[in-house]
Amino acid sequence: MVEPMNKVKVAVVGAGAAGISASIEAARAGAKVVLIDENERPGGQLFKQIHKFFGSEAHRAGIRGIQIGTDLLEQAKEAGVQIRLNTVVYGLFAEKCLGLMCGDHTEELQADVIILATGASENTLAFPGWTLPGVMGAGAAQTLINIHRTLPGDRVLMVGAGNVGLIVSYQLLQAGAEVVASVEGLPYIGGYGVHASKIRRAGVPILLSHTVLRAEGHESVERAVISQVDKNWVPLQGTEKTLEIDTLCLAVGLSPLAELAWMAGCQFIHISPMGGWIPVHDENMQTTLPGIYVAGDLTGIEEASTAMEEGRLAGLAAAEALGCLSFEEGAMKKAEVRERLETLRIGSFGKGRSLAKKQILESRGTV
Amino acid sequence: MRVGDHPILGKVEWGKKVTMIVDGHPVEALEGEPIATALLAAGRRVFRYTTKLNEPRGVFCALGRCTDCVMVVDGQPNVRTCVTPVRDGMVIETQVGLGQWCYSKKADKKDG
Repeated sequence: MVEPMNKVKVAVVGAGAAGISASIEAARAGAKVVLIDENERPGGQLFKQIHKFFGSEAHRAGIRGIQIGTDLLEQAKEAGVQIRLNTVVYGLFAEKCLGLMCGDHTEELQADVIILATGASENTLAFPGWTLPGVMGAGAAQTLINIHRTLPGDRVLMVGAGNVGLIVSYQLLQAGAEVVASVEGLPYIGGYGVHASKIRRAGVPILLSHTVLRAEGHESVERAVISQVDKNWVPLQGTEKTLEIDTLCLAVGLSPLAELAWMAGCQFIHISPMGGWIPVHDENMQTTLPGIYVAGDLTGIEEASTAMEEGRLAGLAAAEALGCLSFEEGAMKKAEVRERLETLRIGSFGKGRSLAKKQILESRGTV
Repeated sequence: MRVGDHPILGKVEWGKKVTMIVDGHPVEALEGEPIATALLAAGRRVFRYTTKLNEPRGVFCALGRCTDCVMVVDGQPNVRTCVTPVRDGMVIETQVGLGQWCYSKKADKKDG
């Protein structure tokens, strides 16, 4: 049976930090919003973030991610956002039509405005033994311990000392695991000093200019061999060490989940420090296709705090485009959000991201 | 190992205990949690063996993306155990290669 096509003003794909924020702003302005997520629970990665966030008070610094997620969902409910869970968006077709898969049936949903907030997925690292059970993404370990309250193992090697590697190492300790070491190929720690200090104080050595050579074990990981690398990342012979472990976590960066934007035909730009291919967008988070907006990690890997602000920006711009907000109102509200975004992208960590974002804006129409 | 007490999240209130049949043996699980979580908690690490080289695979992304953790669930192969909730009496088998459909093992799926 062919069902009549459903229509909606705003469809938001992805109920994480960016998607919920976008939905709230668009719905508060009066647009009918459907927020779609493939998981059985909304919140994206927010409910795994049991650490306190950084930034200023306006960015809810000092508040844990789990609390921020709870508050956002409450606001979305109040604003009248319709949330559809267990629903996979498998395609984005002409006329802004989304293909949805829900349980054992599919349907189509046509929207006047689509906001893509699909987030990112973890990168991996291939080395002999990397497919052994017990080798997993750091995010996988974080999901298991903080959401499902189950430790994937007892003795962990963490590969990568960016923020994800450092934070998950600490959270593994909090959950009762032993983190044998953290290895980082770069000669410096990529994440914030405060996170590094926490795991160092807990006795976890952070081995810089080190990499994992291989994982070994019969049916699952039993040990890992690590070694020092030179400045060209070439392993130095004679520096190998064997660590007895049962779990190896990979925290080697994230890549934007951009399939739907590719499928729609958005223009892209490649920016390595932001995670790779990113849909080009303007200062309203609109892609090169009118009516298709993007927000969050899909537009370059940053943090939950920036994802929420970008989501708000996209939601406001969408509402304005639909005529739910006047030009003046829209301009004023967007200016507030842009100001907050700017303050999130200052300092030694934010500067690179700020420059990359400028590069995205300037690349419109030039690629 | 379960994380019962946690310095930030506090004590957990475990859900209802149910039983899955894994490769013919009863395994305790919590209703509604992902199958993969229950198996990890029960000490299981190998979820399937690959088609060509018969290599073991387990949980890798825990998010439903990588499909490394697929098993035969109630007679249906290639079920992502990290995003499939446990129900009482579920029949779960280590998947070998592409797995095989087995209709007789399909449990009564009509939820009340």
